Amino acid sequence: MLAYLARRLIQTIPILLAVAGVIFILFSVIPGSFASSLGDDGKAVLDADVMARMNRELGLSDPLHVRFARYVGQLAQFDLGSSFRTRQPVTGVIAERLWPSAQLAIASMLFAIVVGVPLGFLAAMRPGSLLDSVSMVAAVSGLSLPKFWLGLMLMYLFALKLGWFPSFGYGDGGLKHLVLPAVALGVSPLALLARTTRASVLEIMNADFVRTARSKGMSESRVVRWHLTRNALVIVLTTVGLQFGSVIGQAVVVEKLFSWPGLGSLLVDSVSLRDIPVVQGCILTIVLIFLVINLVVDVLCAMIDPRIKYT
Amino acid sequence: MKFRANLWIGGALFATVVAAGALAPWLAHTDPVMDANLMNAELPPGAEFWFGADGQGRDIYSRVLYGARISLTVGVLSQLINTVIGVALGMSAGYWGGWWDDVVSGLTNMMLAIPSLVFALAIMAILSPGLTSLLIALGLTNWSYTCRLSRASTLSLKNLGYVQAARILGYGDLRIMLTQILPNILGPIIVIGTLGMGGAVLAEAALSFLGLGIRPPFPSWGSMLSDARDQITTAPWVSVFPGLAIFVTVLGLNLLGDGLRDILDPQSEARAR
Repeated sequence: MLAYLARRLIQTIPILLAVAGVIFILFSVIPGSFASSLGDDGKAVLDADVMARMNRELGLSDPLHVRFARYVGQLAQFDLGSSFRTRQPVTGVIAERLWPSAQLAIASMLFAIVVGVPLGFLAAMRPGSLLDSVSMVAAVSGLSLPKFWLGLMLMYLFALKLGWFPSFGYGDGGLKHLVLPAVALGVSPLALLARTTRASVLEIMNADFVRTARSKGMSESRVVRWHLTRNALVIVLTTVGLQFGSVIGQAVVVEKLFSWPGLGSLLVDSVSLRDIPVVQGCILTIVLIFLVINLVVDVLCAMIDPRIKYT
Repeated sequence: MKFRANLWIGGALFATVVAAGALAPWLAHTDPVMDANLMNAELPPGAEFWFGADGQGRDIYSRVLYGARISLTVGVLSQLINTVIGVALGMSAGYWGGWWDDVVSGLTNMMLAIPSLVFALAIMAILSPGLTSLLIALGLTNWSYTCRLSRASTLSLKNLGYVQAARILGYGDLRIMLTQILPNILGPIIVIGTLGMGGAVLAEAALSFLGLGIRPPFPSWGSMLSDARDQITTAPWVSVFPGLAIFVTVLGLNLLGDGLRDILDPQSEARAR
């Protein structure tokens, strides 16, 4: 088990390095640099001397391979460099945003799990019923909704018209500010979870071991508890893991819409300011979180399902 | 053959959107960009402005119609690029194996680790906003699933008798891949492609909403919504209709994809995307 964990952790390093390399190269080929984009507002074009000095100070005048080697060297020490704009260390800037992002991602996934899994389960228990049809139509619709538009509509209805929740911002970090963005972000994983749960429960219900359990006289509630739930859980858990990753990606738009001070809005803001170290840091952090979540899900699945071997 | 509701409803919705985009010059009441008139700003929906007017007094109905062109172009073309990349990489990796397979698998694992919207955002940050950039950003970031599937199906097909027979007959590798293997793995790939188109439409809208995709004044549903956010208190209808248009388009594509899956890929009923 420990050896498996260690090997999986080591396997993430080449992926992280590859991502770092791709992102680094992408941002090195941009025409124009941070210094030249400072003059983009048209108010004042920077003097050539000043620009050269800024590039030198920011380390942008060295050749590409030197910069990449330096970058990887810093990464190995968990140093993501410092922001071009504020000169603060990127790790600190990102650390500030991690908690709000985690809150939002966890809240939206909780919402998705608590509503989606029982819905899919109930639908599978009565295939072809009204509940089944309605919830599956709702699931396809949920998958097709643009999150930021849903967020906008929720904002209009529940914040501006009814005044139940604040319309945007983080406030003091309380639950009230969390509800609307979490719902907007959670609807599509909810829909997918409902569909996956229904499909996997239906499949398991027709499996041989369920028929055997029934025919040897096991009560229906025991069949559901012992056989259905445990087997469906593996598939549901895998979906939750994958969706967690996509939620982190999708959070970019929802955080921006609700002015939520998370990683996503930091990424969008830094992209428009061309604050490359922060952009690189955000993307690497997101990828790292995604890989860790996948690892946790794999380990959990192996714990629930003895058929899955650590290989 | 039994009646497949999702296929027909999805197809009808998608066809409606295609027709709206294609016939936009005849169906629209005004020019989507030029006909701004501040006298009409934020007029609610009515006889003259079916969907109301936006902050600059432009007819939202006309803009939504023209917006279909951008969404469909980006959705269809970017997904086509993804599919070609995914099939080419996956099929060649599965067929040839060896170091090439390692390279492709490594690349796929890397792509799967970066959320595609985040990757597309990074690419849009480098390129200047616009249609070509969107096609590049969305066309290069969502092929990993197609690639995996093509690789796996090629692996299972390449040692079958009929493929070996083709090899003995002296067919070249490329000819075997294109004429013997590709037709047999096409079904699931079409399904993924259709569902991916919905995803691409959503991604385009999201990027344009963030100001990185299609820039105003051009009528993209996403950029219309980014303007609308500031008017939500005074003119909520500005944000209702572009969002509904995105929803209907993506719903159509998702239903169509589900329906196609039932026909083309019947074993994968349980396999969620």
